[in-house]
Amino acid sequence: MNGIHDLGGMHGFGPVNPEPNEPVFHHEWERRAFALNLATGFLGRWNIDMGRYAREHMPPAEYLATTYYEHWLYGLERLLVQKGLVTAAELDAMRAQGPAAIKPLSPADVPKALRNRRAARMDDDLAAPRFKAGDRVRTKNEHPTGHTRLPRYARDKVGVVDRDHGVFIFADEHAASGQKVPQRCYAVRFEGRELWGPHAGPRDAVFVDCFEPYLEPA
Amino acid sequence: MSDHHHHHDHEHDDRPGPHGAPLTDVQLRVRALESLLVDKGLVDPKALDALIDTYETKVGPRNGALVVAKAWVDPAFKQRLLADSTAAIAELGYIGRQGEDMVVLENTPKVHNVVVCTLCSCYPWPVLGLPPVWYKSGPYRARTVIDPRGVLREFGVDLADDVEVRVWDSTAELRYLVLPERPAGTDGMTEEQLAELVTRDSMIGVAVVRAGGRRGAGAPPSEASE
Repeated sequence: MNGIHDLGGMHGFGPVNPEPNEPVFHHEWERRAFALNLATGFLGRWNIDMGRYAREHMPPAEYLATTYYEHWLYGLERLLVQKGLVTAAELDAMRAQGPAAIKPLSPADVPKALRNRRAARMDDDLAAPRFKAGDRVRTKNEHPTGHTRLPRYARDKVGVVDRDHGVFIFADEHAASGQKVPQRCYAVRFEGRELWGPHAGPRDAVFVDCFEPYLEPA
Repeated sequence: MSDHHHHHDHEHDDRPGPHGAPLTDVQLRVRALESLLVDKGLVDPKALDALIDTYETKVGPRNGALVVAKAWVDPAFKQRLLADSTAAIAELGYIGRQGEDMVVLENTPKVHNVVVCTLCSCYPWPVLGLPPVWYKSGPYRARTVIDPRGVLREFGVDLADDVEVRVWDSTAELRYLVLPERPAGTDGMTEEQLAELVTRDSMIGVAVVRAGGRRGAGAPPSEASE
């Protein structure tokens, strides 16, 4: 979706302001919001792409006026109701009307859950590559209302395949239906001037990881 | 993943206490949501504590610094690291969530790599921990792809015109770690001493590593940006 999350190339944000000696969390509520997201994510009722898509629905003005973990909180509340873990009435009242028939992540399972070594990668033989390193490709000019990982700044642009990363769960479909559709994923190199016009630096390039359905031969 | 390497030197605590400050809306909301989820049996608060502890005290940029230092002193490891980054990083025990598929990018005198996630905040957790606020912020996500040299200058990295800048937008499930250049004047240093020089920011690509070490000598992840 063409949401506010898709920030690449926008002007007007001002300088990047790194905080010296920044702590991992700034507030206790950030710790809890972070952990609530992970712990409920491990319940298996949604996947990471659904998580991202939920946050992308935050109204633009609200997104820009809030902090990172508030985006996570928004997405989590949306998913909890959407996926039936809590009812809208429970969330509204912040009162449980009955126990859930699902086992929570236990403290003993946390290390194992975090050390999982396989996430989005699928077996290479599930999808033969249509492109190889060096091929010229053009990204599609598509503006889906669903989840996509092709940023607006990189649509309808010509680039060169830098490398074939292998086969991964296609994020767009994974967010929509939960189905694990295997698709090749490529790092595609776009010259700065192709993306941003003649004022871009002649030696600047942006590499975007593109699922194969985003690409056509050029 | 076993180092305890930072302290809360300026904690903004909002736990209930004698301070008397009223709780903000978001504090109240998160607290109420946690209670709701605990009451429903969906969340065990001790599991939350364990998740927080992992990323606050165990996993951080010290891990990535050890990967970089090893690559600087061990050419065979460096070769493996660039050929199959995930496997080489796993040799040091750094595996897991948000680092399942790693790609290491080597900086050279002629190529400078810098990593961003314009769509959200993708970041290689097992080697760098959780991302700093600036990495997740509008300015960094908006500007790095369109004005990389301007962003780098703000971080104190002024690249010559003949250096190529490669920006890596983490739009899929690959996670990127920059292998910064080893600074001159470090020939006699041990792997451990070298790791002390490597900053978080240099592994994102917004800083270079200096022989004098990181400013303020603070341990990651509480280091200052260069």
